[in-house]
Amino acid sequence: MLDHEPEVLDALDQPRPTVVDDRTVVRATSVTRRFGDRVVLDDIDLEIRKGEFVALLGRSGSGKSTLLRALAGLDTGVEGRITVPAARSVVFQDPRLLPWSTVLDNVVLGLKGADARDQGREVLDEVGLGGHGDAWPKTLSGGEAQRAALARALVRQPELLLLDEPFGALDALTRIRMHVLLQRLCARYTPAVLLVTHDVDEALLLADRVLVLTDGGISLDVPVEIATPRLRGDQAFISLRSRLLAELGVDEVAEGDHRKDDQ
Amino acid sequence: MTAVANRPEQLLGLPGVRLVDLKTADELDPEQRRPKRRVPRSIERLAGVVLLLALWQLAASLGWISPRVLAGPANVASTFWDMVTDGTLGDAVWVSFQRVAIGMLIGVPVGLLLALFSGLSRVGEDLVDSTMHTLRFVPIIGLMPLIIVWFGIGETAKISLIVIGVTFPIYVNTANAIKTIDPRNLELARTLELSRWATIRRVVLPAALPSFLVGLRMATGIAWLLLVFSEQLNAKSGIGYLMIKAQTFFLTDVIVVCLLVYAVLGLLSDIGIRLVEGKVLRWQPGR
Ligand SMILES: Nc1ncnc2c1ncn2[C@@H]1O[C@H](COP(=O)(O)OP(=O)(O)OP(=O)(O)O)[C@@H](O)[C@H]1O
Ligand SMILES: [Mg+2]
Repeated sequence: MLDHEPEVLDALDQPRPTVVDDRTVVRATSVTRRFGDRVVLDDIDLEIRKGEFVALLGRSGSGKSTLLRALAGLDTGVEGRITVPAARSVVFQDPRLLPWSTVLDNVVLGLKGADARDQGREVLDEVGLGGHGDAWPKTLSGGEAQRAALARALVRQPELLLLDEPFGALDALTRIRMHVLLQRLCARYTPAVLLVTHDVDEALLLADRVLVLTDGGISLDVPVEIATPRLRGDQAFISLRSRLLAELGVDEVAEGDHRKDDQ
Repeated sequence: MTAVANRPEQLLGLPGVRLVDLKTADELDPEQRRPKRRVPRSIERLAGVVLLLALWQLAASLGWISPRVLAGPANVASTFWDMVTDGTLGDAVWVSFQRVAIGMLIGVPVGLLLALFSGLSRVGEDLVDSTMHTLRFVPIIGLMPLIIVWFGIGETAKISLIVIGVTFPIYVNTANAIKTIDPRNLELARTLELSRWATIRRVVLPAALPSFLVGLRMATGIAWLLLVFSEQLNAKSGIGYLMIKAQTFFLTDVIVVCLLVYAVLGLLSDIGIRLVEGKVLRWQPGR
């Protein structure tokens, strides 16, 4: 269902890589997306390895969400070839909890198996919502709702976790907590992660590798080699941040202290 | 404290800055506090009805209104009691209730199924939606002659009229809710790999439920209305039949009793649906 294979490739009868080598779990080849005449994604190749945490940066409107939706299998209009794990979860910028189901029912929605509810409770505990399983989603705060959405994504034990600015709407304090939580959960469930964000610091704190999307292509693809625990004051942190900001077209000196607000 | 000393700008003394005190529960000016009611609201509301009844009774007792025009309240009350004790009222209510219930039990599922068919498939929408929206403007009561031609004047005719009347509000409200469902929730269902049936059950139907219930309330009102109409036109039983029979003998007390019974039945159905609403829409904030 996700093999959006162009007919040309079929005609050439290329071998399909059914078993992907060296632990690659995401392989996207020549991914192109047009909206009318506009080419938003232009012939993108991308690979993500098992358990790898990749952050995707880019200016607003650069096509980050479009790429993520393509990998999620939500976009049938995308050209190219995409191979992804069958077990994958998406967390959107809004928590997208169904208001008419309790938090626990939302978390286990569509989950099969007799112990689904027990698993759901366990994951809710893990994200610190143990007491809220029977609550209605509308009674949760923004951060709580987003944690419930994270629980819903993780309870499926995804091989690939797709996060589209999941913390974008949260306040700075809650965001720090969510970073810690996400790191802990990723260490436990070890999914490959694609985190779309426009917060450079967030990318540097969490990711093993950072991509920058510019003009429909991946203009920068760098590993984040900063010793853990990562601190914003580290020399490596600062220099990589400058490089990423430059790639995103932000002039740090000229924009001074407004930099972080405007990203 | 005088009102002047209490003005905020004087308290804080900032010239040129206009400050206002916001009303909080414990800072309300004593003069502005509403006078405590001596009479509870419910009793005040009842007073109007009681007054009307008293005037009506007075008019009847003094002979201003002839019982042939309108029977007085006492008269109506005793007739009501007679009709209850001799069983005529109970029988009539039961027959009428059955007609409405059967009509709704058929009409509601029909409207719902049509709405699902039209809301969930392109073919369904093309086939059903414009047809329903055209037929909606046919005055239902105007269908009566045709229905009599088809079904005669028996039970089938009365029930079909109710079925048709009920189908439309259910359809229009539910189909519209399904059509305007939040696409983000459908997208979520796709990422969670819900089956088509699970998507309908967990996402589509709950989203359409509030509108469906609005439709159900409208449908109930229409059902009672059509019942009154068809029972007065031709019936050998039921409340409408009692009324027509009473009309021939100028028994205005019986007519008034029947009207009141219709009103109470309509009210009770509405209360019933509200109760169901309160239960199944618990998740809505402010409930
Ligand atoms: N369904 C669509 N139809 C037409 N244009 C679209 C559609 N979806 C996205 N686009 C366009 O594609 C471009 C990329 O959109 P996308 O949502 O991927 O940006 P983004 O990088 O996620 O931006 P942001 O950081 O603001 O979320 C935008 O210019 C947008 O207008
Ligand atoms: Mg986006």
